[in-house]
Amino acid sequence: MPWVEVFGMGILDNIISQNGYQVVLRNLGYFLGGAGYTIFITALSLAIGMVLGLFAGLGKLSANKIIYMLSTAYIDFFRGTPLFVQIFLLYFGILPVLYDNDPVSSAIIVLGLNSGAYIGEIVRAGIQAVDNGQMEAARSLGMNQRQAMTYVILPQAFKIVIPPMINEFIALLKDSSLVSAITVPELMHRGDLVFANTYEATWVFGAIAVIYFVITKTISVIGDNVERRLATD
Amino acid sequence: MIQVVDVYKSFGQLQVLKGVNFQVAPREVVCVIGPSGSGKSTLLRCINQLEKTNSGQVYIDGEELTHPKTDINKIRQQVGMVFQLFNLFPHKTVLENITMAPIKIKGIAKTDADKIAMELLKKVGLTDKAHVFPGKLSGGQKQRVAIARALAMQPKVMLFDEPTSALDPEMVGEVLAVMKNLALEGMTMVVVTHEMGFAREVGDRVVFMDEGIIVEEGSPQDIFDNPQNPRTQAFLSKVL
Repeated sequence: MPWVEVFGMGILDNIISQNGYQVVLRNLGYFLGGAGYTIFITALSLAIGMVLGLFAGLGKLSANKIIYMLSTAYIDFFRGTPLFVQIFLLYFGILPVLYDNDPVSSAIIVLGLNSGAYIGEIVRAGIQAVDNGQMEAARSLGMNQRQAMTYVILPQAFKIVIPPMINEFIALLKDSSLVSAITVPELMHRGDLVFANTYEATWVFGAIAVIYFVITKTISVIGDNVERRLATD
Repeated sequence: MIQVVDVYKSFGQLQVLKGVNFQVAPREVVCVIGPSGSGKSTLLRCINQLEKTNSGQVYIDGEELTHPKTDINKIRQQVGMVFQLFNLFPHKTVLENITMAPIKIKGIAKTDADKIAMELLKKVGLTDKAHVFPGKLSGGQKQRVAIARALAMQPKVMLFDEPTSALDPEMVGEVLAVMKNLALEGMTMVVVTHEMGFAREVGDRVVFMDEGIIVEEGSPQDIFDNPQNPRTQAFLSKVL
């Protein structure tokens, strides 16, 4: 598995210890390597999710019935069934038919598909929140539908969707812990392994929670900054 | 220049235009007046097909906009429109609002577009606001920028949809002054307005609409001083 080379730093220290904090300290490198996986998987799924979400969101606003129905079906399925079920369905069921799938790439695909559905709804709401007069003004200048979307509507929708998008980033990062169930060596999975060897539940999962929190807090601070920088009035 | 032939328009059950015939000659300034709900804004919006007509034809410079094969975007580039609520692009500076369409649609170089935009800003008296975002402008300033933005495409016709109706009273004058200058330069204009003073002073022709039809039209003197139709008389007695 090539992924291990990238975030393989730290090895599981499986000595049963009397002191929980020592377990955490000894395995800190191992955990941080897992956090690396978590961030890596989340970032790639997010990239996939944003592309899918943009198309799904535009599709839900499309006058073309087929495009509308495809987008709606996609969003309904991935938003209406549990992510945990989707992970198992795709990892064990669908993806092995398509290619020789490994846990990490499967995780990225499932999380990407799942977040795409939520981002699709965010995109749709964002576009609809832009005043209709903006489209009219753009069209009255002679822009076609696509130009008006690209230069006038989407940049404004982008600003509107930042807060819900940050929400989605954070939710996705936390939800990525579910792929521990298919042995992706990410943060939660490594916490699970260390716990199984040491039984230091409070210390181990406390440390895992703190690491998740530091990452999500960083994302929300970055989001606040972007929001402030884009404010024009 | 503009020809509207037997245009009908409904919104669901509500019939807004009931067979409107209307012409505008080059360099003419036509003011459309009438009570709210009379269909005057809808007529204006049908001229550049922001509202699709149910039947009838609209021609600009001999080209039929209502024909399904017409490239509507191409024609709209020659028809400037100014909206009641300005509809400036809030994410762009004043200068960028004006240069966006020339750059993106006509492919004009940014430096050239900037130069044209600065000249237009001079014309509407707002050169000092070039790099400000619309949110920082007063209503009157916004509307003057909106006029400059429409002019940047060098339109043959300008349509004004109640351009001063959303303004505080003290800002109406500055916008009307810009429009008056434009009329003096020979711009062909259709102005839907409640400013009877402007219609009388600047308009070459006044059109009175009520309940989806043109009830009466003529020179400002005819319409304001000697209206023939009782509906025109009733309307004018209320607003003058």
